[in-house]
Amino acid sequence: MRHIISVLLENEAGALSRVAGLFSARGYNIESLTVAPTEDATLSRMTLVTTGDEAIIEQITKQLNKLVDVVKLVDLSEGAHIEREIMMIKVRADQAMRDELKRLADIFRGSIIDVTDVSYTIEMTGDGHKLDAFIRVVDPELIIETVRSGPLGIARGGRRLTL
Amino acid sequence: MELSGAEIVVQALKDEGVEYVWGYPGGAVLHIYDALFNQEHVRHILVRHEQGATHAADGYARATGKVGVVLVTSGPGATNAVTGIATAYMDSIPMVILTGQVPTPVIGSDAFQEVDTVGITRPCVKHNFLVKRVEDLADTIKKAFYIAASGRPGPVVVDIPKDVTDPNIRIPYHYPDKIEMRSYNPVEKGHLGQIRKAVDMMLDAERPVVYTGGGVILGEASEQLTELIRTTGFPITNTLMGLGSFPASDPQFIGMLGMHGTYEANMAMHETDVLIAIGARFDDRVTGKIAHFCPNAKIIHIDVDPASISKTVRVDVPIVGQVRSVLHDMLRVLKEHTRKPDSARLKTWWERINGWRKMDCLSYEQGGGAIKPQYAVETLHKVTRDSDFYLTSDVGQHQMFAAQFYPFEKPRRWINSGGLGTMGFGLPAAMGVQQAFPDAVVACVTGEASIQMCIQELATCKQYNLPIKVVLLNNGYMGMVRQWQEFFYDGRYSHSYVDALPNFKMLAESFGHVGMRIDNPADLEGAYREAFAMKDRLVFMDIIVDPSENVYPMIEAGKGHHEMHLSPHLSSDRELA
Repeated sequence: MRHIISVLLENEAGALSRVAGLFSARGYNIESLTVAPTEDATLSRMTLVTTGDEAIIEQITKQLNKLVDVVKLVDLSEGAHIEREIMMIKVRADQAMRDELKRLADIFRGSIIDVTDVSYTIEMTGDGHKLDAFIRVVDPELIIETVRSGPLGIARGGRRLTL
Repeated sequence: MELSGAEIVVQALKDEGVEYVWGYPGGAVLHIYDALFNQEHVRHILVRHEQGATHAADGYARATGKVGVVLVTSGPGATNAVTGIATAYMDSIPMVILTGQVPTPVIGSDAFQEVDTVGITRPCVKHNFLVKRVEDLADTIKKAFYIAASGRPGPVVVDIPKDVTDPNIRIPYHYPDKIEMRSYNPVEKGHLGQIRKAVDMMLDAERPVVYTGGGVILGEASEQLTELIRTTGFPITNTLMGLGSFPASDPQFIGMLGMHGTYEANMAMHETDVLIAIGARFDDRVTGKIAHFCPNAKIIHIDVDPASISKTVRVDVPIVGQVRSVLHDMLRVLKEHTRKPDSARLKTWWERINGWRKMDCLSYEQGGGAIKPQYAVETLHKVTRDSDFYLTSDVGQHQMFAAQFYPFEKPRRWINSGGLGTMGFGLPAAMGVQQAFPDAVVACVTGEASIQMCIQELATCKQYNLPIKVVLLNNGYMGMVRQWQEFFYDGRYSHSYVDALPNFKMLAESFGHVGMRIDNPADLEGAYREAFAMKDRLVFMDIIVDPSENVYPMIEAGKGHHEMHLSPHLSSDRELA
């Protein structure tokens, strides 16, 4: 099963490699991993997406908690939560296709953030399925490049991951 | 008080109460060595190879319960130490390893003797640090000791670039008494509700078994464990790492379990209905095939490390806490309980166990021919049983024979590399033990292959007058490799025969020690007595043993506890179901 785990960790050199090293050393799956500092400069927040059965996910959370740099974590999949991912997709946009691509971007509530004679770069946020869906409706011949952030997650309502 | 970084290192060790540092100098740690030179509080032991330093500090830690400290230089100094760090990590031994690093401005430039020590050691340490500012040095060393010794212990590396120890940069020194870390808070007490649940389950048990590991020894809980066993009347088995946590001579002790465990211990594991695991981690050498592990049992697991619980085997009642504290609470709950263990049911259970015991699975036949390794260990016990005795071991058949045939009565007396299985561990580990307890009798049981992996430390033993007794069970083979090749590779002994052995007697003598060679069973006891009478000399006993002897019982990797091979004279090597 897919799980999305949020981790607060010390914003120190090497903290990220401890997490990445843990996943490779113990053979856990890792689908995506994003990390950036928080409003508290001493803390980073990491969101990682992994898959595994209940026992594996239990081990993953325990092993993460055991890392000295990990301050706190939560498996967001245990409750209601919101996921968002950002994508930038560069597509071939010659005169014939420009209107159609603009329309598609609008339908998906994307915005065109860079334009040249022959290309658009479209920015889009949403959960992973939405971004997948957009990629599916664009003719693969037109896609020049895509870049995705991997999901970020936050719990719904009052639940929170803070110190 | 203003100190340089190098002086801070030494002063912090002093303030931490460190008696000994095992190490080897080199470019990146010269400032620290200069600071060591001018003081008498912290005694530096110069080894002959950095692996020896780590194993010596490890042996010291295992024997004393204190943190073992190592000081090595950058690059090859650090990489040579890695095997010893990984050894300590696998057995949860508290150590602090100070490694020199190239100066901060050249880190990452492939400078002379530069390696990414923090990167290389990351998977085999509890934690590690790179200290980039002299201002962080004292706090980081404090954290290293705190992390190494608390919770589930383990090795911590502190990597110190040379410019951080610059003698010309002096800053005010303050060593904290205590350090708080928001991201690290080891558990102390176990959950009382869980403990009550466990006690109820124990009282309902018909065929209980207590299975304990190194955690009882690391957690200083032997006293509580012994009381628990006496109070309940339950049988107890130990892992390789747990030997000595309960007196081996006690009738409630049913021997070691696992791959080379006793028939009675493994059969009891197979039949038990309530397993109480304490400070043990369900290692594959203990469990055998998970699908066949304790098929009828509910499992209670007490461990300080939550990640150890349900890692390989699902448990029914997890209790996270310091073993000592949990057992203390468990004993109290037991005493206050309205019920007592059911003595009639236990009697029936003990009758079955004693039936298995009658198999006498460790029996062997010492004829008039070659010395049997089992006889060599039994005789060692006979000669040393009344002394203040510590036994270290290398890895292989001799290690298993020692574990099976030397009954350890107290914790911290049996010192071996269980998790990593590091050949070369025994002799340097014995140095650490002997340094800690100069008046104790310290022996290292080893094989002719293992001993050659750290043989250079015989020179260290000479320099520091360490009167260790090396008990070399010399069968000419990497015995355990040979045994597996005999069983599983149709006797194709690929590269397990150690051709061209040195003359160990002369070798020991060349280092300034006493050498002996013994090949007749009739001479063995006398030779031991002569050797152990030499209280101030290292004696190296090259004991020629039967090369064809195998370790029994044996459970093949991937088999269940009930599928043991017994010694051919007991079973014609049939599998017992």
